[in-house]
Amino acid sequence: MGPQAKGVEMRYSGFRVITQGLFGNTGWKPAWRNPAPKAEYDAIVIGGGGHGLATAYYLARNHGLTNIAVLEKGYLGSGNIGRNTTIVRANYFLPGNSEFYSHSLKLWEGLEADLNYNVMHSQRGVLNLFHSDGQRDFFARRGNAMINQGDDAELLDREGVRRMVPYLDFEQTRFPIYGGLLHRRGGTARHDAVAWGYARGADQRGVDLIQNCEVTGIDLQNGKVTGVQTTRGAIRAKKVGIVVAGRSSQVAAMAGLRLPIESHILQAFVTEGLKPVIDQVVTFGMGHFYISQSDKGGLVFGGDLDFYASYAARGNLPMVEHVMEAGMTLMPMIGRAKLLRSWGGIMDMSPDGSPVIDRTPVDGLYIDCGWNYGGFKAVPASGWCMAHLMATDTPHEVARRFRLDRFATGHVLDEEGTGSQHNLH
Amino acid sequence: MRLTCPLCGPRDLREFYYYGADTWLRRPAADAPPESWDDYLHLRDNPAGETRDLWYHEAGCAQWLAVTRDTITHAVHQVDLVAAPKGGVK
Ligand SMILES: Cc1cc2nc3c(=O)[nH]c(=O)nc-3n(C[C@H](O)[C@H](O)[C@H](O)COP(=O)(O)OP(=O)(O)OC[C@H]3O[C@@H](n4cnc5c(N)ncnc54)[C@H](O)[C@@H]3O)c2cc1C
Ligand SMILES: [Zn+2]
Repeated sequence: MGPQAKGVEMRYSGFRVITQGLFGNTGWKPAWRNPAPKAEYDAIVIGGGGHGLATAYYLARNHGLTNIAVLEKGYLGSGNIGRNTTIVRANYFLPGNSEFYSHSLKLWEGLEADLNYNVMHSQRGVLNLFHSDGQRDFFARRGNAMINQGDDAELLDREGVRRMVPYLDFEQTRFPIYGGLLHRRGGTARHDAVAWGYARGADQRGVDLIQNCEVTGIDLQNGKVTGVQTTRGAIRAKKVGIVVAGRSSQVAAMAGLRLPIESHILQAFVTEGLKPVIDQVVTFGMGHFYISQSDKGGLVFGGDLDFYASYAARGNLPMVEHVMEAGMTLMPMIGRAKLLRSWGGIMDMSPDGSPVIDRTPVDGLYIDCGWNYGGFKAVPASGWCMAHLMATDTPHEVARRFRLDRFATGHVLDEEGTGSQHNLH
Repeated sequence: MRLTCPLCGPRDLREFYYYGADTWLRRPAADAPPESWDDYLHLRDNPAGETRDLWYHEAGCAQWLAVTRDTITHAVHQVDLVAAPKGGVK
């Protein structure tokens, strides 16, 4: 372990759980400190979501930068990192995305050992269903791209899918199931544990995690960053990273930047806890529906965006109805499960559906945004690459195409092939 | 959230197709520099609060509407026709 002068330190282990259990669990300490902001840091990360915390962690772990702070306007993990449906996968098609998500999945596979934290990463498999010959061809091509990238993919025919998930309605009139693309190394993880694990790891390395600290201004001098204004006073720093997901446009505007981002609402749903019934992640793209079962037993599912710009973090009823209908079409057996909760998150939608990890026109100001509805699986690699960018001032190899200017230059990464336009992803 | 179409009255959200910020109405001239086109096509103010965006009343009167609304509360303040219908409203 690197320098850990200041952080709270306590290794977690099975032995510790047992001994603590014997003595009434009185010996656990908070997993991180709650420090007051200093007047100056070497670097500041704005935003204490998954990406911000991972950035801080890797700045300390990979680059030895420990005089840094994460500034979070609410509490750690209060944003999308604690609101998503936790799917982790590396099944992208385009060069630029493919190597990045592949890197991320490899980091996921070593994450718990690296963080000494149980993020409940579960490689239960992700099954994408297809419903026509054309879609089968495209999925075969995507599977080949995944294999070329060094990841795993298997094309299943209808009988192969039936053996795995016999309870689907294979003959539904509109989208009969032709088969599926199975990605066995894909799966899920416990979303807020990921934030907590990175927070604890960063804190142990001396990073100050400052909560209830909203950034209200970015200080510039001669085109360079000099620090930020916050609800807890001014803080100086020569390097500042904006990692605020759905709020990217507001924070970037503090430095005079306009972004290729429109914030949209995405909803998700969970039922009461049930006995294990859905063993993997199943996606039904044609119906705009995907589902998995959490370790607590709740069926966790969602669909598409509501499709209008929104910061409400809650959606409207038409999409609720649409998702329920799609779910019932695909797997009628879930019709008796009681829905417990629904919620929404603010998605930083980019025109081509791919993210940005790049410098900005302002010296010392970096941005990590545009995660759309897929930023959970990206957390480890995004933190890794953003830390690399902030520490070395050069883009990381696997994130080199996530440029802020790619829309102007035409180097878009349109994974879905629907066009580079805000309302199409 | 419902939209009150000036021609059809208060209608369910599902009848409308969302297009995006009303920036789309300010198309650059054909010979404008590339930066203007990038701005027009991709860059957005993306306000948290009052916004004006374009919706198409697909399952209704097939008119384009400019909607002034709040992105935080989903309150809809005003709905205008983008273009006056040919021959006026009867
Ligand atoms: C319903 C839903 C389902 C999803 N499902 C999946 C999925 O299955 N798989 C997947 O890969 N992705 C999924 N996502 C996407 C994923 O959750 C996001 O892309 C990702 O969490 C965004 O990055 P983040 O964790 O850093 O964001 P956040 O957790 O939102 O972090 C941003 C932080 O910045 C803080 N902040 C904002 N403004 C300021 C300011 N001025 N000063 C200080 N702090 C500020 C916020 O309070 C927030 O804590 C889903 C999202 C939603 C909403
Ligand atoms: Zn109408």
